[in-house]
This record gives sequence, C-alpha cells and structure tokens, in this order.
Amino acid sequence: MMKDKYTLDSLPLEHSAVISSIECKDCLINRIYDMGILKDTVITPLYRSPFGDPTAYLVKNAVIALRNKDSKYITVTPIK
Amino acid sequence: MFARNSSVIEKSEKTAVKTDFRVALAGNPNVGKSTIFNTLTGLNQHTGNWTGKTVECSSGTAKIKDKTFLFTDLPGTYSMIDFSEEETVTREFLANEQSDCVVIVTDANVIERNLSFALQVLSLQINAVLCLNLCDEAEKNGIIIDIDELSLNLGIPVICTCATRKGGINELKDTIYDICTGKRKCFRVERNYTNIDVLNTENHKQNTEILADKSKEICKQTVSCRNKTMNKRSRKADKILTSKTIGIPLMLLLFGLLFWITAVGANYPSEWLSVFFDFIKGELNNLFELLSVPKFFTGVLIDGVYTTLTWVVSVMLPPMAIFFPLFSIIEDSGYLPRIAFNLDKFFAKCGAHGKQSLTMAMGIGCNACGVTGCRIIESPQERLIAILTNNFMPCNGRFPTLIAIIMMFFAGSAFGIASSIEVAAILLGIIVLCVLFTLLISKILSLTIAKGEPSGFALELPPYRKPQILKTIVRSMLDRTLFVLGRAVIVAAPAGAVIWLTANIYIGNTSILSNCTDFLDPFGQLIGLDGVIVMAFILGFPANETVVPIIIMSYMASGTLVDYTSYEQLLELFSANGWTVITAVCTMIMCVMHFPCSTTCLTIKKETGSLKWTLVSVLLPTVMGIILCFVTANIMRIFI
Repeated sequence: MMKDKYTLDSLPLEHSAVISSIECKDCLINRIYDMGILKDTVITPLYRSPFGDPTAYLVKNAVIALRNKDSKYITVTPIK
Repeated sequence: MFARNSSVIEKSEKTAVKTDFRVALAGNPNVGKSTIFNTLTGLNQHTGNWTGKTVECSSGTAKIKDKTFLFTDLPGTYSMIDFSEEETVTREFLANEQSDCVVIVTDANVIERNLSFALQVLSLQINAVLCLNLCDEAEKNGIIIDIDELSLNLGIPVICTCATRKGGINELKDTIYDICTGKRKCFRVERNYTNIDVLNTENHKQNTEILADKSKEICKQTVSCRNKTMNKRSRKADKILTSKTIGIPLMLLLFGLLFWITAVGANYPSEWLSVFFDFIKGELNNLFELLSVPKFFTGVLIDGVYTTLTWVVSVMLPPMAIFFPLFSIIEDSGYLPRIAFNLDKFFAKCGAHGKQSLTMAMGIGCNACGVTGCRIIESPQERLIAILTNNFMPCNGRFPTLIAIIMMFFAGSAFGIASSIEVAAILLGIIVLCVLFTLLISKILSLTIAKGEPSGFALELPPYRKPQILKTIVRSMLDRTLFVLGRAVIVAAPAGAVIWLTANIYIGNTSILSNCTDFLDPFGQLIGLDGVIVMAFILGFPANETVVPIIIMSYMASGTLVDYTSYEQLLELFSANGWTVITAVCTMIMCVMHFPCSTTCLTIKKETGSLKWTLVSVLLPTVMGIILCFVTANIMRIFI
C-alpha cells in the first residue's frame, strides 16, 4: 500500500511520483531546477549506489544522481 | 582525451588570418558540443561521455564556401546563472557578445530540458540555429520530433544531426552560412520571453519555472514518444555496474584488467625500443669517433642528451600509448560518472565532492589537467580540496616509473602470465592506496583549512554509448605519442645535458653531482632512499619523467658502467648501487607523494589565485611522503 506523500529519498525504487514541493538548501536548489527537477515534474528512482547513497533518478528522460541528504527535502506524490 | 585547449587556441590564432563571422557553440553539458565542434572545424578537441569534459573555451576556424568562420566551443552549462567556474565562461560570453550565429547544441533525447536552456540563450541572442544532436539515438528511443513546428516555435532553423557519424553536418554548415550572410533570417518569438530576465539571479526560481513550462508546452506540440522506457540497455547495465554486491568488484576488475594489458603490452615494445636505441647509440659512438669529435661533446650529446631522451621514450612511451587509448574508450563509454556515483558516499564522508573522482581520473593523465578540471566542482572548499589532493594520483610522468620499479623488483626474472598479473595487482593496489590517501587527506583538509558546508550533489549519468573504438585508439595513441615525444625533447634532453655536465665537472676531486648527492645522502638514507634518488626527485621538478634517467645517469657516472637494455640489467645497476626492496618501496611512495611538477604548480596558482594554497599543495604531499617513507623504511628494516 503506497502512502500519499513521500520524501524523495524514501520513495521505493521504480515507483514514479510527481514532485509536490522542493525545500532544498539554496546552494543546490538552483542547480536542480536547471536540471529539470521542478514542481509537478514526474520523477522515478532507478537505482542506488553500492553503498546506498546517492540514488539515481529518471527525470525528463535524463538520469540524475542526488544524495539522500538533499533529496529528503523534496516531497513527492506517487502516481497510482 | 584530456582537454588541452590552450594548444587548440594557439593553433587557431596562428591560422586565423581573417575571419568573416564568429559562431559560438552552446548547450547543456554532454550533448556533444565538442564533437560537433571537431566536425565543423576539423580540429581534434578531446571528447568524453561525461559532464564537464570541456571546461575552457576553445576556438578554431573553418571555411564554409567562400567565407571564414571562427567557431568557439563553450563549456556546457545547465543555465545562464553560473554556479561553477566553467559556467561563468559561457554566461559571460553569451551575455556580453552578440555572435553572428549561436549553434545551440541539444540532446534530442532530453529535448524538454534542453529547450529550457535554448530559450535562455535565445532571450539573449537573436541569430541562432538549434542543432538536435544524437538524433539516431533518439530515433532508437522512439522519439519523434516535428522539426518544422519546433522551428516555428523558436523562430530559428532546427537541424537534426548525428555528430559522430557526421550526419546532418553539411546541412548545419549551410544553415550557419545562410544565417551569417543574412540569407536566412531568425526572428524573435516574443511570447517565449515575457516576464523573463535570465541574467537576474534573484528571479532564478521564477525564471526557471516559466521556462520549464514554456519548453513543456512546446514539447507537447512538437515531440511524441513511442517507447515507454528509454535507454533500456543502459539501465540494465547500470543495475549491474552499480549493484551492491558486484559494482565495486567489477570496477576494480576493470582497472586491474586495464593495468594488466598495459603491463603486458608495454613490456615488449619497451625492450625493442631499448635494443634499437642501444644499437643506434653504438653506431653514433662509432661515428663520433670516426669524426674525432672531442670527448666532451660525445659525453654531453650521447651519454647525456641521447641516453636520457631514449630512456624516456622507450620506458614512458609504450605504457602510455597503451593505457590512454584504453582509458579513452572507458571515458567515451560513459563509465566515469558511474565511478563518481559508486564512490560518492566515501567522498561525502570525507567532506569532498563525488565529482572529485572525475578530476582524479583526469589526474592520472596529467595533474595540471586534473587541477583545471576541478572547475566542475561548484563549492569553493570542495574544489580546493580536489585541487590540493589531485597530485596524489600518479600522472603520465610518474606512472611508468612505478611500472618500471615494479617490473624490476617484484615481477621476477621471467615475465610470464603469473608475474604480469602480479604487476597489475600491485599497480592496482598502489592506485587504491592513492585513492584512500586522497580521501584521508580530503577528510583532514575538510576538518581544518578547507572548512565549510558540504554542497549539494547533482550529477547526470549519461546513457552508455558505444565508443568509436578504432578512431579513439588511433587518435589517443597519436596524441599520447606526440605528447610524450614532445616532453622528451623539451625537458628530458636538456635535463640529460645538465646532469652529464654536473657529473663530469669536477671541483677538486669530486664532481658537482657527487658533491650534491653526498650532501643529500644522509637524509636520503634516513627515509629509505639515497642521495641520488632525492636529488633526482628535486631535479625532476620540471618533469617527473626524468627522475629515473637521472638516477641511472648518476649511478653510471660514478663508475658502474652497465648496459641496460632490459629491466634485468637495470636491476643489476640499481642493486650494485645499494637498492633493496626497501629502496624500491620508498621510491614508489616518494614518486606518488612529492611536490607537483612545475606545470601543475603554475596551474594550481592560476586556479586558486593564491600563493598560500600553492605552497600548501607543495608542502602537503612532500611532508607526507617524507614521513611515510621514514616510517615504512624503518619498519621494513626491522623485518628484513
């Protein structure tokens, strides 16, 4: 059973979700915006690094790796 | 493989007699700008399948029909607001100068995000052409783009290209020509840029959101996708290559294999070259005798210049000409960002950035390039850490020294399969140690002099691409050969002359050389080396390649004349001068951990803009090396 809201780092692999809010620190926020990670964007966690962190996400056809300490500030709503 | 852009710029300046038009290439990172640039200009800018390969502008001229065009390849950037050094270059270029035409290179697979950037460029520049690169890949992924509709939406021509196979390049050239000459007009689609001022940092979030919505809207009208999942094979490969259980072992295996091929492959050409050079040396000696050239000149030219030069060529060239083409193939495949991905957790723990592993990989080629490459790291303190520790990766000039010492002392007399695997394993061990040491020092630095908040980590993992194996090997081999030969002539030859002179000019009863080495000897012995080795490292400051030839010459000058056409003979010479396993180990430690070469020091000064950090980068590895050598030597002496 999927919850309604997840932080991006806790979203199970291969589950697509829509980004509902981004509260990252300033330094990273502009960068991830530019990489296409924005509100209402569909994002899918694909795989984790051998040591569990970072995680690779599929966003707009590109694969982008984010550290969990950053992705926990991104809230997502899973697509049913 | 490693961007040496300055040489490209020089080249273009020499050839640029008169240019009619200026054309800039801009785009997101890793969309193939440099490949397009190369096909347009016929230059050989290095390319690689990872973000941040190009960190400096480079230009080149080319003729299209009757006009001359100056092309500038800008570093890839995600937006007009700059976060890292290399992005500043691009922003300033596009914000301050109107080009006759901007080629906006985009990855057709990631069109939506790329369009966002294209719109930013278009808000600043009017004359442009959109180059949809990697069209063949997009087609395989089932992406269909309505070119005409896209062109109407942006107000500029849109060309499909596939740069590696030169598809669409002629059309692109024609379009650039037509735009520059005014034959084809670009028009500004005002509605795309309402409420946007891309250079205003304050409004960045708002700008990006508006632009993202715009590009989404445009994509809705122009792009359709048949396949549900893209780059399936890449994804599958990643599941294996980054897997918990075998991700790291596979990485080690890959590098082990790389070293093994290098060690085995380099052994024979090295020996052939040595025998050949030795034969020539004999002939030259005869010739000089025949012409009754004074002994002094024979000494300087043959024993000094020729010997050093040929050593550098025969020992340095084969491993480099094998290692780097193979490494380039790995680079082109897109595996390097996965290394950064796999190892990021360690780097994070040490207060460093995962991208540091990319700059370390570049450091294996040349530390100066590695230091410049650190521009891809956004946060200043993490970048500083990466710059200061880059020297711990053994470069081009030191790598073969390691191979030579391992071959002599650890490979055994018969070089068979077993001993070649041993050599590869030892090399791999040394590299792993270098990485661990880099991490340790990074940690210490992040806790002491380079304190600061860890920055965010967002790294794009491009799909794996089939490298152009033959082309890469030929290009890289040629490049490396020219590079090593060039260095040999410029640095090794004069170094040879100087050493020979110091060894043969006497003050009283001893030569200048032995005066120096005698002076350094007590210190050398203390840390498991000897005076000659210490001096060789000091004299190797302009180029690390010369360290071993200097050692050889110093030994030969002190009376031991040995013919050295193979590692066995070299071992004999070294052993006769008191080398033991301890000396070998300590020399390898010193080789990895001592001050950076002169070029790297200058680059560090340039990149950090501070004499203080340059001094730190000199002292840090040197002090570490001395301490480590001292400890190792004394521990080993207890047991041996």
